[in-house]
Amino acid sequence: MTERSIAAPVVDPSTRPVWEAAAAGRLLLGLCRDTGRHFHYPRPVSPFTLSGNVDLVPASGLGTIYSFTVMRVAQPYACAYVELAEGPRIFTNIVDCAFEEIRIGMKVRVVFRPSQAADGTPGAPVPMFAPA
Amino acid sequence: MSLRGSACIVGAFEHPTRKAEDKSVAQLHAEVAFGALADAGLTAADVDGYFCAGDAPGMGPLSMADYLGLDRLSHVDSTDIGGSSYLAHVAHAAAAIALGRCNIALITLAGRPRSEGMATGTAARAQNASVPDDAFEIPMGRTVAGSYALCAMRHMHEFGTTSEDLAWIKVAASQHAQHNPHAMLKKPVTVEEVVNSPLVADPLHRLDCCVISDGGGALVVARPEIARSLKRPVVSIRGTGEAVKGQFGGYPDLTFSGARFSGARAFAEAGVTPADIRYASIYDSFTITVLIQLEDLGFCAKGEGGRFVRDGNLISGVGKLPFNTDGGGLCNNHPANRGGMTKVIEAVRQLRGEAHPAVQVADCGLALAHGTGGLLGHRHGSATLVLERQ
Repeated sequence: MTERSIAAPVVDPSTRPVWEAAAAGRLLLGLCRDTGRHFHYPRPVSPFTLSGNVDLVPASGLGTIYSFTVMRVAQPYACAYVELAEGPRIFTNIVDCAFEEIRIGMKVRVVFRPSQAADGTPGAPVPMFAPA
Repeated sequence: MSLRGSACIVGAFEHPTRKAEDKSVAQLHAEVAFGALADAGLTAADVDGYFCAGDAPGMGPLSMADYLGLDRLSHVDSTDIGGSSYLAHVAHAAAAIALGRCNIALITLAGRPRSEGMATGTAARAQNASVPDDAFEIPMGRTVAGSYALCAMRHMHEFGTTSEDLAWIKVAASQHAQHNPHAMLKKPVTVEEVVNSPLVADPLHRLDCCVISDGGGALVVARPEIARSLKRPVVSIRGTGEAVKGQFGGYPDLTFSGARFSGARAFAEAGVTPADIRYASIYDSFTITVLIQLEDLGFCAKGEGGRFVRDGNLISGVGKLPFNTDGGGLCNNHPANRGGMTKVIEAVRQLRGEAHPAVQVADCGLALAHGTGGLLGHRHGSATLVLERQ
């Protein structure tokens, strides 16, 4: 079975460092310095206080599956929310795992998958998760 | 200030078409506008408030007011919270009327996703560079069906809800749809047929999903003095509530919806409880949408939805809470991929005593209509109305 083609994330100036880190194999999270809480998706303002007192920080890349589904389309794939060790639940895919073995609570770790734009040019790698 | 009793729904019309290959979207808006105004005993010349949402072509009220010839508008509103928009529009119309900004408000919805061949539930969407969540969700294959499926999977995990429980919701809708000559799916189905239909997004099956249909609907909301001067039964707006629920920094709890908040607000304004409701229109993009909303609106406790919907409890004449007696989005109609309008229309039919006799709720004096718009598992709007026959 061929895997689905992953669309290149559209990069804007505020998220460019996130995708540059992804290209280096690192997952970044937002950190609100006002509250000490991590957040995802990253943005240059805190979703908790609306202040700009935020940083991008490396995530451990470890988490557990909070929920998942298998999209039964021509090239099936598994979507999930993974609860990261830092707290946020990240919308992602589960890869390198048979669909029937995916379980809520399963421990997973981040892996990056290549993406491509509609014209075939490579995009930033996209964070997905595989059994830890 | 409460909106209780400040306005009435005086006209309602559901387009009979389910496939409109030969009509434009603007034309469908005009046809439902004409139908709802005729139902009220009014004309376009009486309209001084107009409401539409993202399904309206062009620049919302600007394009549509011009197309419809609404040349005396003193109030417009194009609030777009997806399929729940039209319930919010009813509340906003009541508020505008209460403030004296308009007297007779028209709300329209129309679209033709079926003719356009749209795979609404499963198709990959294009990214919009200015939408902040797109880059973090669309490459991961976010879809409509997938978003609701994530909620269903978590609900099953936390509360033991089963596919058979969800199937009962489709069974109830199909029992009602068999009496609706316009319904897309008129044939009653069984629990077994639902759970044996192909998986679309685990654990949701094809028959857990709503139909994809063309068409539309419209409502007319008016000042109570005007409503009493017309010849139709008076349906009063008794309670309204709205909410928006997102991930809020990456902390989604998929077990509940914004109905928890919009429902509580509507019941508080109405001064009634779920036990007082005789009929409920519950948004049914998927079976799981119904189950989670029933819990959040307070018809049963959180986690008890599976038990609540079993054994025909939502079937008119059989169960305790008759729902979606037109067949709902699951069997009848989901025009423009937005089911909120038809939710209000069937509630109006029930309160007027004009539902099909086979599904009409006896002495239906108080009804609820609720909508969820957007993606239940990502970000969605909620809007609730409590409506009363006067």
